Amino acid sequence: MRNSAWRIGAAVAVLATGLAACGGQSSTTTGGTAASGGDGNTIKVGLLHSLSGTMAISEVTVRDAELLAVQEINAAGGVLGKKLVPVVEDGASDWPTFAEKATKLIAQDKVATVFGGWTSASRKAMLPVFEKRKALLWYPVQYEGLESSPYIFYTGATTNQQIVPGLDYLKEKGKKRIFLVGSDYVFPRTANKIIKAYAAANGMQVLGEEYTPLGHTEYSTLVNKVVQAKPDAVFNTLNGDSNVAFFKQLKSAGVTAEQMPVMSVSVAEEEVKGIGVDNIAGHLVAWNYYQTTDNPANKKFVAAFKAKYGADRVTSDPMEAGYNAVYLWAEAVKKAGSTEVEAVKKAAGGITLERPEGTVTIDGENQHMYKTARIGVVETDGQIKEVWNSGKPIKPDPYLKTYPWAGGLA
Amino acid sequence: MTTTVRNLVQLAPPRPGGSWRDRLRGPAVFVLIAVLALVVAPLLLEPFRLGLLAKYLCYGIVALGIGLAWGQGGMLALGQGVFFGLGGYSMGMYLKLHDAGGDLPDFMVWSGVEKLPAVWVPFENPVFAIAFAIIGPVILAVLLGALVFRQRVRGAYFAILTQALAAAMVILLVGQQGLTGGTNGLTNFFDLFGQDLAADGTQRGLYIVVAAVLCVLYVVAWQLVRSRFGRLLVAIRDGEDRVRFLGYNPATVKTVTFAISAGMAGLAGALFVPVVGIISPALLGVVPSLELVVAVAVGGRFSLAGAVLGAVVMGYARTSFSEEFADGWLYLQGALFILVMTLAPKGIFGLAATLRELVASRRARA
Repeated sequence: MRNSAWRIGAAVAVLATGLAACGGQSSTTTGGTAASGGDGNTIKVGLLHSLSGTMAISEVTVRDAELLAVQEINAAGGVLGKKLVPVVEDGASDWPTFAEKATKLIAQDKVATVFGGWTSASRKAMLPVFEKRKALLWYPVQYEGLESSPYIFYTGATTNQQIVPGLDYLKEKGKKRIFLVGSDYVFPRTANKIIKAYAAANGMQVLGEEYTPLGHTEYSTLVNKVVQAKPDAVFNTLNGDSNVAFFKQLKSAGVTAEQMPVMSVSVAEEEVKGIGVDNIAGHLVAWNYYQTTDNPANKKFVAAFKAKYGADRVTSDPMEAGYNAVYLWAEAVKKAGSTEVEAVKKAAGGITLERPEGTVTIDGENQHMYKTARIGVVETDGQIKEVWNSGKPIKPDPYLKTYPWAGGLA
Repeated sequence: MTTTVRNLVQLAPPRPGGSWRDRLRGPAVFVLIAVLALVVAPLLLEPFRLGLLAKYLCYGIVALGIGLAWGQGGMLALGQGVFFGLGGYSMGMYLKLHDAGGDLPDFMVWSGVEKLPAVWVPFENPVFAIAFAIIGPVILAVLLGALVFRQRVRGAYFAILTQALAAAMVILLVGQQGLTGGTNGLTNFFDLFGQDLAADGTQRGLYIVVAAVLCVLYVVAWQLVRSRFGRLLVAIRDGEDRVRFLGYNPATVKTVTFAISAGMAGLAGALFVPVVGIISPALLGVVPSLELVVAVAVGGRFSLAGAVLGAVVMGYARTSFSEEFADGWLYLQGALFILVMTLAPKGIFGLAATLRELVASRRARA
């Protein structure tokens, strides 16, 4: 009986500690409410990305880039003479959690704005929260378009700045017979709908369309199907770990980038590391930014990022878009002279900044960015070399209204 | 076997005929907690926290069902998310159609669906949607139970089966994007019976509804456990074959219990959707189903109150750990589970019983 007495004592102690921790926690958060959005000398901003779960590997890098931007802005004197205080929350790769944490950042921390999200599902879950509470979200990842919320700024590419240029490039290179491979969720399915409409109008042929669940890693059957269809190119909208398995299988099936290039829209420098350069070298990607993009702003960004997080880290398009988002918001706040949401929204339209990806302008109408499209090829050193760009920033067109072939999509 | 028998005696509710003080103690505590939940909490908590509490209580309703099926009946149901999801999607479909007001729901438009699918049509009626949220899961559970329990499938095999069902349900929902919203699920609801869902008043009202439903279901479940049926259920848990030799049919008792727990999960799902504002496959797959079972284990699976307590505690721990330690909160959540399980295998609630037993045995020795 002595033994069980010890056990019970220990259990009570553990539970008491646990409750005390929770209790202490809740009292600090109540304190936070009183401060409401920072005191006189600070402005709170929310950073909401998945720090756990399947998306963490990608989203943590964006969070890091956003923290770098906050740090740089503070070092340069802050915004309106006030320092930015980041409040970091974990979306846990779980869409309802994104909605909950967004509510918490707005209602309790009273942040001036939130930078966050990666997957379309997380954005769709957060959208009603921001619209109902009239708060601002800056979403930093390329996505499937067909959306334009008045309370979201989209700093990644919409379809006419990434997918359409990618298709233009394939067409120009005479790749007319394509095969579509994607993860089974909204972005790939919508992207492929757009690709099929484009193909039909441009004399291209879609030989097949295959989806696998997120996180799927068994690709021998799918690669066999692709090889048998003998397409000129593959358009790849796979996300995350699946790319590793897909490219490995493709290589072991003897497919080379010369005979059948794969155009990927969700593989950036960070993913190339994971896939292994040997498996993906020579294949194509479509983005708006590469670590190798040559301009002074990018040299500064890459150097600052490596100095803060380590020389072995790489920068990528979504990271750059997250980094930009903080600067663009800060610029809008300076222009508005206030962090008040409606004033910031009004001031944001037309703001132009020289960013690592080149010139970025906010389109006041749909709150997307003018961005330069860039096609790149993966080099043997893991970096991406630009082989084509659109020459000037492309006006964002989330509903593809200016493309006659896209009439039936929205 | 002696330990099981002792557990049975010790954890069974007080028999009728005990002293009146013993008989009143349980109800008195219940009324106290009900008053706290229904009156005090809405007055004290700010709307955001009250909304979170409503969410935990929704999980508490599912946990109550798990407490019945697993704690009392010994059926380790690892796929309650399926029933929760059925209820949630029924409600979500109604809300979506109501908001669309005769048009197609937004996600169908961008998924390329042109005509409202036939499955969706009856959900325009709120009565049908809410009724289906409960009856749908019940029918599914009865079918499953009739097939499985009659074949005397139990223990790990039953658990694996329910888990596979949860995995299959997720694949089904994700694959049918035009019909279900895919991974996004259903979200962006505006209006419930003419009330603005974003308004604090509506959310407070919803909280009270959730808390009241939980209280009522708790009383029902409690009465069930105290009844002859409840005794039979516990007897089946501890010795199914003996019960069969005594002339009862364990399959029927188990099927009925499983169906009740499924109906509870379905109703919880239907309440969850307007409270949280989203239902998606991520909420009803293997992981969330397991998390609920873990919560019941932490709270104490042998008592209904323990099951509900576990869901609320784990929900609260998840929120507060992740707010405080955004980078490593999952480790804390895991540590909490491991600690409770190693130090108090019968959960937080079982700890109290063990303490009482300890005191009694000390006294007996003295």
